[in-house]
Amino acid sequence: MATTLEPAASVAPTPAVRHRRRRNSKRPVWQEPPSVATQGAKSGTIIVILLLVAFPLYSVVLTSFSTQASINVAGGLVVWPHGLTLNAYRLIAQGGVVGRALVISVLITAVGTALSMAVTILASYGLSRTGSFGHKTILWFMMITMFFNGGIIPLFLVVSALGGFNQYWALILPSAVSVFNIIVMRAFFMNIASDMIESARIDGANEWTILRRIVLPTSKAVTAVVALFYAVSYWNSWFNILLFMPADSSKWPLQMVMYSYVTEGTAMPGTGASNVGQFVGNQQIAPLSLQMAVVTLTIVPVLLVYPFVQKHFTKGVLLGAIKG
Amino acid sequence: MTEAAVTRRRHRAWIRLRRDRSLLIMTIPAGVLLLVFGYTPMLGLIMAFQNYSIYNGILHSPWAGLSNFQQLFTDPGFWQAFGNTLELFSIQLVLTFPIPIALAILLDSVLSRRVRSIVQSVVTLPHFFSMVMVVTIFNEVLGGSGLLDTALRAHGVANPPQIMTNPGLFKFLVSGQLIWKESGWSMIVYLAALAAISPTLYEASAVDGANWWGRMRHITLPGLRPIMVLLLILNIGYALTFGFEQMLIQLSAVGPGAAQVLSTFSYENGIVQGNYSYGAAAGLFLGVTSVILLLGANKFAHALGQDGLYRK
Repeated sequence: MATTLEPAASVAPTPAVRHRRRRNSKRPVWQEPPSVATQGAKSGTIIVILLLVAFPLYSVVLTSFSTQASINVAGGLVVWPHGLTLNAYRLIAQGGVVGRALVISVLITAVGTALSMAVTILASYGLSRTGSFGHKTILWFMMITMFFNGGIIPLFLVVSALGGFNQYWALILPSAVSVFNIIVMRAFFMNIASDMIESARIDGANEWTILRRIVLPTSKAVTAVVALFYAVSYWNSWFNILLFMPADSSKWPLQMVMYSYVTEGTAMPGTGASNVGQFVGNQQIAPLSLQMAVVTLTIVPVLLVYPFVQKHFTKGVLLGAIKG
Repeated sequence: MTEAAVTRRRHRAWIRLRRDRSLLIMTIPAGVLLLVFGYTPMLGLIMAFQNYSIYNGILHSPWAGLSNFQQLFTDPGFWQAFGNTLELFSIQLVLTFPIPIALAILLDSVLSRRVRSIVQSVVTLPHFFSMVMVVTIFNEVLGGSGLLDTALRAHGVANPPQIMTNPGLFKFLVSGQLIWKESGWSMIVYLAALAAISPTLYEASAVDGANWWGRMRHITLPGLRPIMVLLLILNIGYALTFGFEQMLIQLSAVGPGAAQVLSTFSYENGIVQGNYSYGAAAGLFLGVTSVILLLGANKFAHALGQDGLYRK
């Protein structure tokens, strides 16, 4: 589904309930044991599902490590490993379009996520104290943009009028605030016990100190999850590059490089025509292996942060600081 | 109200303002960003009623009244995009909606926690991939000279079907991509709902002699119904803006006959062809109808006693 709710981390299954139901992973007494046929069908379905997701990824990664000879034999993606080489990655490491795009993407993601988090944390805390002056008005002001926006063309003209065409800030600022993330984080901040905040206030702490010393340390999980939402959206964003930086391939981040040279199959500068390949040392490098290396590079950061996201999803976000 | 009361009121507001000034300052960065990149473009929609040109800008472009909209509603390309949007959306909804539910029920019935967590990790992963990457992978697997194509040719099929470029198959391709990318992610919500169903219900019905199908029909599915209704409604709320990147990426391969949707129509006319006012008119139509759909969907969710996108 294109537009389901991003499930907030708090809806993850509660481990306690799980544990009681599946104690020692034994079947509940009331449940009849499944027949061998049922069990076989179930295992089969699960294996097919796993393969449907994992096999294409495996094949893409394997092809990125394959020699031209083995790609020629396979006639496309390589399924069985033979003739492995690091040439595609070596070529990328030498710089050129892909190497540069990788650096650009990492920088945009890092700078963008830092900026988005700062803005989001501040706004979420600023709006989280019920009864504070004007917080309802400001919240509505922000939420309206979730329902209605000017659309692509006026945004393009506004950013262009501000001089953002072909500028990196145009890839960051227009999408820097996600009101959805503000609402998620605000809801979490509102759940922080108010007596703790009150007592800090009585001790003379101002709002900035409270945010830094009490709210943020008790909200590590939600901060991590929201940061990951932002990071993934910066890393994966593609259309805003097409919109604000369509022609200047020397400035492109990785997603646009992938779109242009892999999805669309245009010839990559510095690698000859797309179906000829190029020599690294005295070995010919396959454009397909280079293309699949680009795809692999877009997955790697996701794989790196993924276990981290998962931990927070299943653990649940609530970490109460005042107990009882 | 007496003058004294008004002053007192003003005084109280002033005290609150002073007390909360740090909190207000904290909302400024987000507020400014939304003002510049959210609200200014809304004002810019005035250009839908102009013949906008870059040289004159929005202040000096000549007014066009409703002529852009007249042109829009008589443009066969617009109606085709409209039809494609509805067709792609509804077929996609019917095909993708049941999958995460089935997946959640299947996974919930697995007793081994190890297997459950492995499967969940693997099927959720594609949610974090970009659409460009998903289309690329589909290309390499199902496209010309892709895995499937090569395998079929090797087994003597002379002309394997061109799945990635066939306009007739495009609706199924779109659904397939969405299933591959999002089923696992959508499944998480259903898994949480399944975990919330009390096991005593199952126990009691099993004691009363209900078999697997009976428990499914009378306990599992009713337990999932609220979340199904909510997700369905929210999906419908986003019907018209659905799949912009997915269609745009594949527009050139499949052709506008099958892949042009309202949002890509607005982009193609406005940005690619430089017909800003016309594109903005299509964008305004899309924006207004989307708000109506979203608010309607939320109203409906509230009527069913659910929180929609916002609370009542």
